[in-house]
Amino acid sequence: MKSGILKPGQATPLGKFLAGSAVALYALVAMIPLVWILATGFKSPPDSISYPPKVFFEPTLEGYVNLFTTRSRQTAEYIESLGPPKSWYEELVRRRNMVISGPSRFADRYWNSIVIGFGSTFLAVFLGTLAAYGFSRFKVPLKDDLLFFILSTRMMPPVAVAIPIFLMFRQLGLSDTAAGMILLYTAVNLSLSVWLLKGFVDEIPREYEEAAVVDGYSRLQAFWKVVLPQMRAGIAATAIFCLIFAWNEYAFALLLTSGTAQTAPPFIPIIIGEGGLDWPAVAAGTTLFLMPVVVFTVLLRNQLLRGITFGAVRK
Amino acid sequence: MRAKKIAAVAGGAVLAAMSGAHAQDKEITLCWAAWDPANALVELSKDFTSSTGIGMNFEFVPWTNFADRFLNELNSGGKLCDLMIGDSQWIGGGATYGHYVKLNDFFDQEGISMDDFLPATVYAYSTWPKGTPNYYALPAMGDALGWVYRKDWFSRPELQDAFKAEYGRDLGVPSNWNELKDVASFFQGREIDGETRYGAAIYTERGSEGITMGVTAALYPWGFKYENEQGSYDMEGAVNSAASVEGLEFYKSLYDCCSPPGHSDAYMVANLDAYKSGQVAMQMNWFAFFPGIAKDEVVGGDISGFFVNPGQNIEASTLGGQGISVVAYSDKQDLALEYIKWFAQPDVQAKWWALGGYSCHQAVLGDPGFAATAPFAADFLKAMSGVQDFWQEPIYAELLLAMQQRVHDYVVAGKGTAQEALDKLIEDWTISFEDDGKL
Amino acid sequence: MAGSTRSATNRAAAAATRFSAKLRGVSDASIAWIFIAPTILLLLAINIFPLLWTIYLSFTNFRANQPGRPVRWIGTRNYERLLGSEDIWGYLQATAHFVIWTMILQIALGFGLALLINRNFRGASFWTTIILIPMMLSPAVVGTFWTYIYQPQTGIFSYIIDFFAGTGALDMIGSVTLAPWSIIIVDTWMWTPYIMLLCLAGLRSIPDYLYEAAEIDRANALQKFWYITLPRVLPFLMLAVLFRGIENFKMFDLVVELTSGGPGSTTELASINLKREAFEKWRTGYSSAFAIILFVTIFGLGNIYVKVLNKVKS
Repeated sequence: MKSGILKPGQATPLGKFLAGSAVALYALVAMIPLVWILATGFKSPPDSISYPPKVFFEPTLEGYVNLFTTRSRQTAEYIESLGPPKSWYEELVRRRNMVISGPSRFADRYWNSIVIGFGSTFLAVFLGTLAAYGFSRFKVPLKDDLLFFILSTRMMPPVAVAIPIFLMFRQLGLSDTAAGMILLYTAVNLSLSVWLLKGFVDEIPREYEEAAVVDGYSRLQAFWKVVLPQMRAGIAATAIFCLIFAWNEYAFALLLTSGTAQTAPPFIPIIIGEGGLDWPAVAAGTTLFLMPVVVFTVLLRNQLLRGITFGAVRK
Repeated sequence: MRAKKIAAVAGGAVLAAMSGAHAQDKEITLCWAAWDPANALVELSKDFTSSTGIGMNFEFVPWTNFADRFLNELNSGGKLCDLMIGDSQWIGGGATYGHYVKLNDFFDQEGISMDDFLPATVYAYSTWPKGTPNYYALPAMGDALGWVYRKDWFSRPELQDAFKAEYGRDLGVPSNWNELKDVASFFQGREIDGETRYGAAIYTERGSEGITMGVTAALYPWGFKYENEQGSYDMEGAVNSAASVEGLEFYKSLYDCCSPPGHSDAYMVANLDAYKSGQVAMQMNWFAFFPGIAKDEVVGGDISGFFVNPGQNIEASTLGGQGISVVAYSDKQDLALEYIKWFAQPDVQAKWWALGGYSCHQAVLGDPGFAATAPFAADFLKAMSGVQDFWQEPIYAELLLAMQQRVHDYVVAGKGTAQEALDKLIEDWTISFEDDGKL
Repeated sequence: MAGSTRSATNRAAAAATRFSAKLRGVSDASIAWIFIAPTILLLLAINIFPLLWTIYLSFTNFRANQPGRPVRWIGTRNYERLLGSEDIWGYLQATAHFVIWTMILQIALGFGLALLINRNFRGASFWTTIILIPMMLSPAVVGTFWTYIYQPQTGIFSYIIDFFAGTGALDMIGSVTLAPWSIIIVDTWMWTPYIMLLCLAGLRSIPDYLYEAAEIDRANALQKFWYITLPRVLPFLMLAVLFRGIENFKMFDLVVELTSGGPGSTTELASINLKREAFEKWRTGYSSAFAIILFVTIFGLGNIYVKVLNKVKS
């Protein structure tokens, strides 16, 4: 990239090799917890609490079965009376003197995460695009104050915000509803989406629109046909950031939902098996929950900097 | 190829699990803690669905989040739960703040008599104000804190000899807390079958109610009282009496000497894990878990024995257990009441006990053969005759959290003295009662 | 699939064209307001109105779990009780300890990594992407799993440390001395990439001629770092510290799941205690006052910091 330029210590191949090794070592160590999550999901419950920790083990889907079912421990006679197991997963469970009493709530919670995540992302990006365009292209009185106000809404600790929101939702009947959570996450994400998208709009030369207006387009047509297509990549990146925020959010979900609209983050910590924290099930749930974010992170790697600084740093 | 097959099968499991969630149109939701008895209740409730056609949905939350989550749900006026098996201490708030439906008329109309239930459970789980015939719940799950021990280790001759040599008496079920500590310190760090074992798994959990339930198991036998005179809120000299301080100090000494490493934030599940994995010789836990332990594939059968919470100055146990209430915000109160009516029947109660739930019904408990139905049945009756409960005040959560903090700071974090912890606790409680207008 | 999406887009575009044709006469100013107003209104409803409500509640004895109870105006008593409580100072100290140490460790590690990555070795972008992953994950969910990693008997953390350092079983979460570090370690694991990424941006913004000039002046590596690298990276670093500092001051999810404030009150950070007061004890008025104090603190410290930041930049 910058060949021939000597930055500190950059010259020697040995230096590069050492730097590379150090970074790789850090990355590998940092990956241990994530690899451990993935591996634990395929352990049997006894393997998951063995000492010393087992690196090699016989993989089983028990954790995933436990994640999706609730089970009750029964006597051998009682289990006998139920007849032979009807499926492979029932068989797996019965080996531990248990019967499946029903599905667990995990699928519902995951679905809630998807609905609330996508719903709030759509709204935040939709409103954010309009506002960003407005702030970027028009003379708005008190523009800087408004923009700062939008950002400052992120300075409150979520627990503090949750106190009045709790009362408000109770009054309006929005407690524990997907609609309430979508509205709340939209509001929280708006600061991010307005700031990020404004940066993207600012980067589109005004001349494009002016040329379009000269060609007879109205302002709105110019926005729709000229600006929006240019913003596509920016909108996609913003949407993913909003989605990740809503996906990961914990405090509001913990305090404002209980069953109907609860998302996965407050649920995963409370997955327990019969008579013990069922670490393989927790790990299985964690794996399924983290997977999409890991994929998005890799896809977004070049936009990350912009996203995490609200557009303050762009390159 | 193989991966594909596994993926397909797993996908099928997901679909099966998801489709099971949406079935009947007449459906109610029951909220309780996620633990053994709840799973037994799911099993039991299948009969209710098949006889009435009303589908049952369950919302179970682990104990450490139970109060937090469901009190939040009640306080937000949520409609998630039609039936709530709420903790005994919630009855004051449930009645005072209108979360629970008063059941007197319903009981009269359906001929359900509270005389059919064990008086201690009616008093603790159903009435508010305490002891008056105003019922806000039906006793659903009797419970008290008891102990489990490794009967197989206790009966090994070499261990018995070693114990006798050290303490001058036989290794056996402790009859008071001093003996319990002796037994615990005997096992602490001892090699048995090539592995290091520890004395006793006791409650130390910080977040919800764990350490308070554990500490009171020692405080009550020492003679701890909440008030000098019941209903007076006069706590000075009762909460921090010399006996209370001694009881609290003893609990800390037990924690310091004889609990397994890393046992600093342990409640029911952590104690079970420590016990089932063979780490400890004894654990304190609720009777609710004893059927599961007796059936366990590793520590079940003859391996485990049970005993009532030991006395010291007096005999006493910490009360657990819950009543089942109808939530006032539910749109389906009639269906919920139908469930309670079904649940109160003697034969349903008998099956409830058989599946692993603790019935409070006299028809079950009063049966002459009851004590022989399980190795812990007789102990259960004995424990229930001497139970004491935490404050059941409407503001109990606030009182509980103050105790959690003061006691955890002293027992686990080692801050200050027992006297200071209890003095500070009185200060906290006084503020709370003042705020509530009781003082 | 692609074709149908495209035709749907076309149809939507056509509809929008018709719609906007109707609005052809709309002035720029009204477009601006139409575009901006929904955002402002939503933020007013979900941020400003609640904030004002919180301020009002902080002067009352309101309890959210006792709707029937008369709400009394009690002046500044909640604030007096808060500021006079030694417990609260303990929580703020725990918070400060957490914020300061996470910042120190993350700056050291993050800056160091950025300097290394900036040497453009082969595979640098691959390893960078890997390093970035933890920062995007849900702190609550990951925090839960760390309690398992931290188990003194069966956890892999204690095992690895014991293997290399012979420390014996480490009770990271249960011990009073280790618990504050257990949360710092996880936060550092998660957020070092954040500081690293910003430092990297700073390093890449340094024009090469500066180093060339320094080379001519025979500056040594340390001088180059001190006089060129550091001043150029500092604004980026300070921005990173601003964002992370605020986040960690508000820290809730990760620590709740890791230690839930224990042992005792050792890791009881401000937000965790706020949650206990507001949603477990239901002292709504009192906790509103606490919330306002926290907000003012964050806002005040943030503003001072930004002033310093601007000075450094100029």
